[in-house]
Amino acid sequence: MPKEYKTPMLDELEKGPWPSFVKEIKLAAKNSPMSNDLLGLLERSYNERIGHWKHGGIVGVMGYGGGVIGRYVDVPEDFPNISHFHTIRINQPSGWFYTSDALRTLCNIWEKRGSGLTNMHGSTGDIVFLGTKTDELEPIFSELTEAGFDLGGSGSDVRTPSCCVGPGRCEWACYDTLKLCYDITMRYQDELHRPAFPYKWKFKMSGCPNDCVASIARADISIIGTWKDDIRVDAEEIKNYDKAGMDIFNDVVLNCPAKCMKYDAKAKAIEINNDDCRHCMHCINAMPKALRPGTDTGAVVLIGSKAPIVEGALLSSVLIPFINLDDEDEREDFFDLIEEIQDVWCEEGKARERVGEFIQRVGMGNFLEAIGVEPIPEMVAYPRDNPYVFYEDYYDDEEEDE
Amino acid sequence: MALTVEQIADEMYKQVEEAAQVKKKLKPGDLTKTMIKLHEDEGVDKKMCKAAIRELVNNGRCVYTYFGGSFIEIPHKEGASND
Ligand code: HEM
Ligand code: HEM
Ligand code: SF4
Ligand code: SF4
Repeated sequence: MPKEYKTPMLDELEKGPWPSFVKEIKLAAKNSPMSNDLLGLLERSYNERIGHWKHGGIVGVMGYGGGVIGRYVDVPEDFPNISHFHTIRINQPSGWFYTSDALRTLCNIWEKRGSGLTNMHGSTGDIVFLGTKTDELEPIFSELTEAGFDLGGSGSDVRTPSCCVGPGRCEWACYDTLKLCYDITMRYQDELHRPAFPYKWKFKMSGCPNDCVASIARADISIIGTWKDDIRVDAEEIKNYDKAGMDIFNDVVLNCPAKCMKYDAKAKAIEINNDDCRHCMHCINAMPKALRPGTDTGAVVLIGSKAPIVEGALLSSVLIPFINLDDEDEREDFFDLIEEIQDVWCEEGKARERVGEFIQRVGMGNFLEAIGVEPIPEMVAYPRDNPYVFYEDYYDDEEEDE
Repeated sequence: MALTVEQIADEMYKQVEEAAQVKKKLKPGDLTKTMIKLHEDEGVDKKMCKAAIRELVNNGRCVYTYFGGSFIEIPHKEGASND
């Protein structure tokens, strides 16, 4: 008979109209002694205001250096069922498409060999299995392999690449995010499972500047769809928005960050100066029936973002302003550049230094020189900002010419 | 004489062993850099070092560990474990 824990503090978190993780853990606890002990431990932590977890660094599966994150409770005598509570990251399919059969398979493995608790999906994008014992790791790995799944990344490796649903469901997708995500995953299998970098190395792909996977804020390499030509306008649909009561001037035109839209209130017509458009998606999000991205589409590649861990947060900045990833040659150039960056960062980067921090330390100008890329105006993050690039060489050349 | 992947792996293993004796941990990158520095003229390159590390880990002589960064170590019991 499993121990029954009184959980008045946790019970508070079941109240209200929103989903509750307490409700879910209680459900799992009916079949899982691990989830049951987790309830007891959590209640105790809430009472004592002390966390009772220890990080491990060694557990994993044979041959791999990533995918398993070791956790142990520091009061195993009181909660023996969660003495080990390791997390497993499993590489999610591009865009998170599953058959119900695949989901059932995953859940069956996990109810048999772990707590039954999952996180679909972690912020990393992975399928996250929460809580199992060291002895179960190899059996879980082989059952997952059998079912066609593989572990994801953790530690100083290529982290599981992730992408937005892209052309799978979204009409704004400017390139095939699902395909690129799959291709990067397959190309860097070795780097994904065998950590060899100074620190984590993340690729995230969004099909348009709405950036649904937040790649600009948390990927070392952010690949964001965009277009080169004009925003497509359906004049009739603009009139329909007006008829339906939309305040087009105040809510769309005035909110354009580039101030590049004009509205003719009489004719109910929008005019866009596309040369100044910043591709922010605001107007398109506001009037999806009337406005759409152009048709000459591709992606911007940006580098260097990270969430705050050792140092503060960084956003990615532009590396390649436009690339057509459907073109084989341009794709190969992209991968060559990525591998050049990896080499430079591995050679010169310090331990636990993300590539964005590395660029800050050595300066963007020096970094670009090391990877053999010419600085261009698109790399300047803000107007009149210091682009870290000096032009002495150019002056020297001119003097010699004279 | 060109070194084989097995010879590189053996020498890396010794480095990992020596480092452990003075409570130091080595990263895959450290091992690779050292081996190239010592044996570049014997044909040792990044690719061979990668293969050597893969061999060390695949046959269980070494394991990957994570303590803020990823390291290559000889399997041992960890402090945090409750075994
Ligand atoms: C003060 C305590 C803690 C803080 C501030 C903290 C913070 C974080 C943060 C910021 C992340 C990254 C989220 C992301 O972007 O994916 C993370 C991930 C994670 N943490 Fe913690 N954490 C704490 C304690 C714990 C504990 C006690 C456990 C387990 C017992 C744990 C397990 C994990 C796991 C498994 C992940 C990866 C989840 C995923 O892949 O989505 N953490 N933590
Ligand atoms: C003890 C305190 C905290 C713990 C244990 C913790 C843990 C975590 C974990 C496990 C995740 C990943 C969730 C997932 O897999 O989806 C996460 C994500 C996140 N946490 Fe926390 N967190 C803590 C405090 C905070 C605080 C104080 C903030 C903000 C002020 C914060 C902001 C975030 C954000 C923005 C994410 C999403 C990150 C992303 O999408 O990449 N967390 N946190
Ligand atoms: S990032 Fe753009 S293309 Fe991708 S799902 Fe979001 S809106 Fe659609
Ligand atoms: S996409 Fe943004 S910047 Fe471009 S016209 Fe629309 S609101 Fe203005």
